[in-house]
Amino acid sequence: MKVLVTVKEVATVEDDFEISGTEIEETYLDYDLNEWDDYAVEEGVQLAEAGDDVEVVAVTIGPERADETIRMALAKGADRAVRVWDDAIEDVELLDVETKAELLGAVVEAEDPDLVLSGVQANDDSFGATGVALAEEIGFQWAAVVNALDTEKVLDEGVASVRRELEGGVEELTDVDLPAVLTIQTGINEPRYASLRGIRQAQSKEIKPQSLDDLGLDASVVESSLDVTAMYEPETESDAQFLDGDADEQASKLADVLREKGVVGE
Amino acid sequence: MTVLTIADHRRGDLRDVSFELLTAGRELADAVGTDLHAAVISGNVEEFADDLNREGVDQIHTVEYGEEFNHDVYAQAVTALTEDLGAEFLLVPNSVNGLDYAPAVATRLGRSYASDAVGLDYDGTLEVTREMYGSKVETTVEVTEGPFVASVRSGEWPAAEGVGDADVSAFDFDVDEDAVGSTVKGFEEVGGGDVDISEANFLVSIGRGIEEEENLELVEALVEATGATLSSSRPIVDNGWLPKNRQVGQSGKQVTPDVYLAIGISGAVQHVAGMKGADTIIAVNTDPNAPIFDIADYGVVGDLFDVVPALIEEFGGEPPSV
Ligand SMILES: Cc1cc2nc3c(=O)[nH]c(=O)nc-3n(C[C@H](O)[C@H](O)[C@H](O)COP(=O)(O)OP(=O)(O)OC[C@H]3O[C@@H](n4cnc5c(N)ncnc54)[C@H](O)[C@@H]3O)c2cc1C
Repeated sequence: MKVLVTVKEVATVEDDFEISGTEIEETYLDYDLNEWDDYAVEEGVQLAEAGDDVEVVAVTIGPERADETIRMALAKGADRAVRVWDDAIEDVELLDVETKAELLGAVVEAEDPDLVLSGVQANDDSFGATGVALAEEIGFQWAAVVNALDTEKVLDEGVASVRRELEGGVEELTDVDLPAVLTIQTGINEPRYASLRGIRQAQSKEIKPQSLDDLGLDASVVESSLDVTAMYEPETESDAQFLDGDADEQASKLADVLREKGVVGE
Repeated sequence: MTVLTIADHRRGDLRDVSFELLTAGRELADAVGTDLHAAVISGNVEEFADDLNREGVDQIHTVEYGEEFNHDVYAQAVTALTEDLGAEFLLVPNSVNGLDYAPAVATRLGRSYASDAVGLDYDGTLEVTREMYGSKVETTVEVTEGPFVASVRSGEWPAAEGVGDADVSAFDFDVDEDAVGSTVKGFEEVGGGDVDISEANFLVSIGRGIEEEENLELVEALVEATGATLSSSRPIVDNGWLPKNRQVGQSGKQVTPDVYLAIGISGAVQHVAGMKGADTIIAVNTDPNAPIFDIADYGVVGDLFDVVPALIEEFGGEPPSV
């Protein structure tokens, strides 16, 4: 069985930052493995540990720098990785969902996995759509916002028995035929830390770069139908009263507020 | 040109976002100069249609099929209806179920997709306002190729009200059963337990700012000193540090205390969905730009590891050394 895990290196923004044009200035950005994808990687690795012959392949769309992030997936137990990049992609400001689905779709075609695991959303562009769009693109079944997966059933019966986490503490129990794409919600498992041994092993694992050409695609797939026209810090609707001073003064003012509101005695 | 919105319902009830979509849809239809259609799929569609018949809705389409949401059925029905109507603008909820069919519909229809819209403007082309980087920035994106699909964030538009005079008609199409690859087996409530945080009048809520499980002791000491009830954001529960019944938010509990003290919580939209109904919101956060301050009544920009111990002492407690 082959499990493909889509991972994304996301940009995180420092507390103080500046925007230039329609981008945050590079100096204020850090890069990390997308939180939701970390859980997807873990779920893939757990499947590999439970099954006999399960290969886990991580795939990402990202520049060379993203190798660092994929290495984290490899260090946690993915067997090998594919990184899609191309000058034509570099030029696009915001990759839309359709483009990502087409790029990843080409990788799925080449790899022919039984199961694709992807994070519910990426914390930078927050589309929350790539996994399901990918499923549709490649004709797989799917389930979104999965917070439990019956490992044995996947391995033995070719069915993904999942729980989908709905709003307000309700979960939906659903069976999905394979091949399928599942978008993974945090909390489904406990992502492991990469061990030193894992990190060492990751160095020798393959990260295969793939250009549009390699994937049999032409540059037209990256034509985005979304144009970013403005980026700004949202106007704060805040009329919060800030309690200033050092920590002791702040605490004292905060205590006064709590007493005033009548929720704490004294 | 038509604007079409798709209702969301669960276990016999339309969800609020269904009515909010009508407002968003009407505004867009006005800007475009066209009609607003709404559709409801599965469940008691007659009753749902009655309820959706609010001011400004021109036409309601019902699709009878099963009781509950099934994404394969929704994807087929929404695609067929959109094509049948030639609807240029398709608005769906950015709910968990919306996440489960909207991207597939957009792909199937070959349309641009902009998710989680908090604003929609039309002036010849469509401009969608979205948030990025955990709500730290807002962007406007122009959809350069219409027609399009947009999913709309819950709670951003007021619910449509008033009684409308829409025509209601059944949309008949044959569901391709062979293409239904998923089966909903049932539902389960999770997160019960000893404490009901939705009943509490003073919640001390902790988020990822606490860093380590051991440090929870600090917040527990505050809870003890103040007689508050302890709740948290999602990562704390995901880490297994607190049980699910303590989670506030979209997928956790909705709470409405007199005071909600959010400590080390950024204020992600899914968290805010559960606590914005609190009477007084107080936030302690090191990041002066944290979105939680946008909805807070009182803000403390500071390190919780300094502020919380001092606060414990204010109430005569003894801060543990963490
Ligand atoms: C479908 C879906 C459903 C979800 N449902 C929920 C839900 O029900 N509830 C929920 O909470 N989330 C939910 N989430 C997750 C949500 O998107 C956020 O990831 C989560 O709320 C973030 O939690 P947080 O604020 O504790 O952590 P973070 O966003 O990491 O914020 C931590 C904050 O702590 C501050 N901080 C750090 N150190 C300190 C310090 N020493 N002192 C003071 N402040 C400090 C930081 O500045 C930061 O603002 C859901 C997500 C999805 C996709």
